Amino acid sequence: MKKIPRQPMPKQPPEERIKNFNEVALGYTEELAVKEAERCLQCPRPFCVDGCPVKVKIPEFIKLVKERKFSEAAKKIKEDNVLPAICGRVCPQEEQCEKKCVLGIKGEPVAIGRLERFVADWEAEHGEIEKPEMPEKKGIKVAVVGSGPAGLTCAGDLAKMGYDVTIFEALHKPGGVLIYGIPEFRLPKHIVEREVDYLRLLGVEIKVDVVVGKSITLYELFDMGYKAIFLGLGAGLPKFLGIPGENLLGIYSANEFLTRTNLMKAYLFPEYDTPIKVGKRVAVIGGGNVAMDAVRSALRHGAEEAHIIYRRSRAEMPARLEEIENAEEEGVIFNFLVNPKRFIGDENGWVKGIELVKMELGEPDESGRRRPVPIPGSEFIFEVDTVVIAIGQTANPVLLDVTPEIKRNRWGYIEADYETGKTSMKGVFAGGDIVTGEATVIEAMGFGRRAAKAIDEYLRTGKW
Amino acid sequence: MFKILERETLAEHINKFVVEAPLIAKKALPGQFVILRLHEKGERIPITICETDPEKGTITLVVQEVGKTTYELGTYQAGDEIADIIGPLGKPAEIEKVGTVVAIGGGVGTAIVYPEAKAFKEKGNYVISIIGFRSKRFVILEEEMRKVSDELYVTTDDGSYGMKGFVSDKLKELIEEGRKIDLVIAIGPAIMMKVVSDLTRPYGIKTIVSLNSIMVDGTGMCGACRVEVGGKTRFACVDGPEFDGHQVDFDLLIKRLAMYKEEERIALERYLKERGKA
Repeated sequence: MKKIPRQPMPKQPPEERIKNFNEVALGYTEELAVKEAERCLQCPRPFCVDGCPVKVKIPEFIKLVKERKFSEAAKKIKEDNVLPAICGRVCPQEEQCEKKCVLGIKGEPVAIGRLERFVADWEAEHGEIEKPEMPEKKGIKVAVVGSGPAGLTCAGDLAKMGYDVTIFEALHKPGGVLIYGIPEFRLPKHIVEREVDYLRLLGVEIKVDVVVGKSITLYELFDMGYKAIFLGLGAGLPKFLGIPGENLLGIYSANEFLTRTNLMKAYLFPEYDTPIKVGKRVAVIGGGNVAMDAVRSALRHGAEEAHIIYRRSRAEMPARLEEIENAEEEGVIFNFLVNPKRFIGDENGWVKGIELVKMELGEPDESGRRRPVPIPGSEFIFEVDTVVIAIGQTANPVLLDVTPEIKRNRWGYIEADYETGKTSMKGVFAGGDIVTGEATVIEAMGFGRRAAKAIDEYLRTGKW
Repeated sequence: MFKILERETLAEHINKFVVEAPLIAKKALPGQFVILRLHEKGERIPITICETDPEKGTITLVVQEVGKTTYELGTYQAGDEIADIIGPLGKPAEIEKVGTVVAIGGGVGTAIVYPEAKAFKEKGNYVISIIGFRSKRFVILEEEMRKVSDELYVTTDDGSYGMKGFVSDKLKELIEEGRKIDLVIAIGPAIMMKVVSDLTRPYGIKTIVSLNSIMVDGTGMCGACRVEVGGKTRFACVDGPEFDGHQVDFDLLIKRLAMYKEEERIALERYLKERGKA
């Protein structure tokens, strides 16, 4: 075995990057990429592929990187993944492909995600994005509702099978959470635009500003000749804490805070019209990736202190370790084992404090994590100027309320078959967060991919 | 892109736009709104739909110039295009036959109450309309409102036209005269809707208001528009925009509407300065 260490990712230094919204991770150079690729053992039975929800041919593309055939490597990835530049950046590889890497047993796994990102960026920078060989058009229309990871993947796969695919997006820009949710410094928006353009190259039509359920119904889409519909709606309804004072000024849902920042570019106000209010002391409530995105955005908006308020301890945080470490490097202050009880406002209705209660960890709950229990009498006031609530989302009912045929579970998510995405309404498939509840980009993509396969089968056989 | 087919100045700082938006025109019902964004750098703002023509595929928006975006829109002419119009959003107004309906429009709110007055009239209700403005030069849609009302009253704050006073003064008169009123629809500035709701509450007259909260996506995703109704948090964009006026916490609404006052001032001043140079 060659003893090459895992090649670190070049990054913007923390003291620099908190002053801008540019991407933190700078990407491998060709030399770093080839060196990292040389670490791959080329296992005859590659476990890494099992760990990938869309089954990218990992050893094959890495071999091509090692041989400096970067363009071919990109094509190899795109056989299974139409969004490699995005996945290379935001997939939790440590939980998926890299977790299964044999090298990881004794040392560090191959940096598969970084290599994927390198290959996708290399291809874009060298202007070599080519349309793959396409089958003959079938002349059959399929509608995809929502242009997040699930919808984009499903649309791309169906287009490659020869279907006429139209994506309907409610916002003014396609990309879903990739555009409004994940910040520029983690996933530059021009990368998302590039991947969306690739879908257009595959022949996918994208209609923005259409709120399916409001502007048009599923029944009307069928009337217009769409033979099948895929719903990749996303979760899309922010959760609040349900405690007193939550509607005080200066309290945002993470969705609003991030949408203003990412989709509307509030950090460029007044050049861009959308404002955002970020005070000196910002508290983000929650411990997931969205909370990390929000708290790191707050620093870049100019907050002097950016805090995480989390009711459990560091070990239970659902955020990716990489994101927690990035936040720590940037000076985010973590407050563990505390939970908000109420918000306190000033005379003009602006939030000025949070009453927090200290917590201790009790017995494990249904998630397997130790349940936080309040310590009586431990309440104290935490002063703040701005609060972001990042405790998750639930299902947005706008479309489903007008489509009663589609069965929902008791949380409001669509009941869809895990393997096929089939819902209780004939011809309608669903996948991504609107089925699973909040999950990752790649899981949503995996769902989109399985649904595309099932849609093809349904349209070929007519069997439901 | 959404093309402006007609543009008209109805009164000082109040403009009417007829815009090509066939999907929305086909679907929109009274009480619903659109979100519009002028251009790539624009913000998303909610505007309630005034009229639709499903056959021509057009919607009519009446917009008062109050901030940067609405001032900028004021410069748009027929033939110009608005980058994005999304809708129809929100729940439609509940239009039923209830008897006598008082439709109240405050300022540009008149453009929103107009389609509802019309719909209530078509349902066979007796419609009394009260529309109020700061001064004579701000009066809009008087003739349109007259056509859909059994009685029409115009008020101006300064008495330069119609009755001197506020819409609530006229409503108070009607109530005190002992007129039987089954429903009040009040649409206009938050303070006016609050005053009307406070006036009708002791009489138990059902009062519906349309809340003009700050919004971003307008589809329930962000929660910027949250309001408190009957002590519960609701989203104006998907649960509203119309609510029972007696249940709405107007003081909260008024505060939340002022959240970006400073930024709105900066943006408008910067815009008008640039426009002055051009």
